[in-house]
Amino acid sequence: MRVSYTFQFRDVFAASDFLLDGLILTLELSLVTMIAGLVIGMAGAAARVYGPRWLARAVAVYVEAIRNTPLIVQLFLIFFGLPSAGVKFDADTAAMVALSINLGAYTVEIVRAGLEAIPRSQIEAGQSLGLSPFQIFRYVIIFPALRLMFPSLASQFILMMLATSVVSQISAQDLFQAASIIQSRTFRDFEVYAVVAGVYLALALLFRLLFAGLYHVIFARRAR
Amino acid sequence: MIREFNVNDVLYLVAAMRWTLALTAIAFAGGGLVGLLIALFRVSSFPPLRWIGTIYVLAVQGTPLLAWLFVFFFGLSIVGVEVSPWIAAAASYSIYAGAFLGEIWRGALQAIPRQQWEAGSSLGLSFGQQLRYIIVPQATRLAIPPTVGFLVQLIKNTSLAAVIGFVELTREGQLTTATTFRPFTVYLTVAALYFLLCFPLTQASRRLERRMLHGAH
Repeated sequence: MRVSYTFQFRDVFAASDFLLDGLILTLELSLVTMIAGLVIGMAGAAARVYGPRWLARAVAVYVEAIRNTPLIVQLFLIFFGLPSAGVKFDADTAAMVALSINLGAYTVEIVRAGLEAIPRSQIEAGQSLGLSPFQIFRYVIIFPALRLMFPSLASQFILMMLATSVVSQISAQDLFQAASIIQSRTFRDFEVYAVVAGVYLALALLFRLLFAGLYHVIFARRAR
Repeated sequence: MIREFNVNDVLYLVAAMRWTLALTAIAFAGGGLVGLLIALFRVSSFPPLRWIGTIYVLAVQGTPLLAWLFVFFFGLSIVGVEVSPWIAAAASYSIYAGAFLGEIWRGALQAIPRQQWEAGSSLGLSFGQQLRYIIVPQATRLAIPPTVGFLVQLIKNTSLAAVIGFVELTREGQLTTATTFRPFTVYLTVAALYFLLCFPLTQASRRLERRMLHGAH
């Protein structure tokens, strides 16, 4: 059997409007999720490290429940399951909620590890220098801790950007869903998924550069 | 016809867990082979091998697993090969797991001090012998906790195979939802079953890591 197939990327690029719209939603989802994840993560980690015991427990349960179940099941539970409990979301909102809850749990663990890595002696040194609790929190705890956790946060955020592709499974119109639509119209399966994979790769590299730049701006120019 | 969600459905879901486990095992075996190769490439003293390793990891960790599944399942049909979900899943997960395991194992290999290699070579051991008798035994100890941790990621990510029609736990959940129309109960059960698989491994990974940090010998 001779296999002959001519690759045709023209059909895929002819549908670039779809791809662009999808790309925009993917970027929106990623940014919203990163911000929400960071807020949840900081609050959760603070609650775990400094909060009362019952609150620390509750956060631990949230973190373990999310980190030990698949994102796609969480997404299905929120989008398909919650309406029967009377809570209805459109696909985009359900996607944002599920992704934020998911990323938040991972971020809690990263931030907590960062906070716990600050030695108690440093905090005591701050106190003996007469710094206020707020100053200690700002200069002795958060700033050095952020620097420690930055690389883990950055790679977790990039993984999350890629994972947003699962929202296509509740038919949110993201980049991956755009690929499926083009596929069903053109039957150029290989070409369309190859192009979309390339776009994701470009995004991942772009985010890497962005985070590296951000790290440089925030931390590298200051004295340790 | 819509019927009630009952204990039989739970049993079906539990039974579907074996396909989740089977896929995890395949992914770990295939990904382990790829990962070993990538880890060795990345610590190699021959630059082109290091570049191949780096590019592989960058490319795989920079693309969604879903894209690999779709390329293998739908994409390969263009060359006239009808690909079963099993083959597509096995290939995609091996590629995906290979990149992550390769990075974990490279880290473990590189954590072994250079002097250990030098000591081996001054004893007249070849590169392969140094790896086998000196480096790998020490690196294995370092690599076990993060490898177990990655196994949890792998189990959870086998759920994505559901979208190409591979019947494992999540797909069985979708099928059960279609007949019982009780998505909340079904997906909550599915989530609980994943938790039962993953949580003990998460705990084990954490315990192993703590034991290593505190230097128990």
